[in-house]
Amino acid sequence: MSNNKRQYEVVFIVDPTADEEVPKLSESFAQIITDQGGTITRNEVMGKRQLAYEILHHKDGTFVLLEIEGSGREIAELERRMRVNDRVLRYITVRVDEDRRRAEKLKDRRARKAAKRPERGHSAPSRRTSDGVC
Amino acid sequence: MSTNYEDRPRGGGYDSDDDQDRRPMGGGRGQGRRMHRRRVCRFCIDKVDLIDFKDVRLLMNYLPERGKILPRRISGNCATHQRMLAEAIKRARNIALLPYTTD
Repeated sequence: MSNNKRQYEVVFIVDPTADEEVPKLSESFAQIITDQGGTITRNEVMGKRQLAYEILHHKDGTFVLLEIEGSGREIAELERRMRVNDRVLRYITVRVDEDRRRAEKLKDRRARKAAKRPERGHSAPSRRTSDGVC
Repeated sequence: MSTNYEDRPRGGGYDSDDDQDRRPMGGGRGQGRRMHRRRVCRFCIDKVDLIDFKDVRLLMNYLPERGKILPRRISGNCATHQRMLAEAIKRARNIALLPYTTD
């Protein structure tokens, strides 16, 4: 079932006063991942934005998004590093492969249904749940 | 204003089939009748399969002034999408994209 690798989205917030360090930081994190055998599929600075609440007396921060593919072991290492790093105000890791696969499946099913419908669907306008099923 | 949606009469809690015929008389203050409201899940209409926690603009729509998650009975979301939405909002809160509370 879980034949392929896991996908993760990691978002972390960098101290805005250390703005110049952001590329270096994300580079070093990417390095950690690749060292552990994972691959970076996306590395994007989302930019500086206001925080919804203060974190360590910071009102804003730079958000960085990493998309990682791997076994899951590199995540542990990455999180350990981020926890120790003072520049990183907060991070979140979300496993996305399962949800994405599910979304893909739903999309497929919908496409198949849509392809099937025109043949029979003309005569009887079916009940109101016809396409609202989720 | 902020908790406006909570003082609405709550009806019996069941969605009976003849719901559509019941409209509030006058100002809706009738005998605790429910307000008529189209119950449609926006996400079902847009055929959304995945709600991204980074999409603040979208999530904001389901966060009234107080910062609480808009309940399903107000938004009309289906259970599946409400679950996805709630999860996304909670993740967004965790990384300070959305507030836990606003005062």
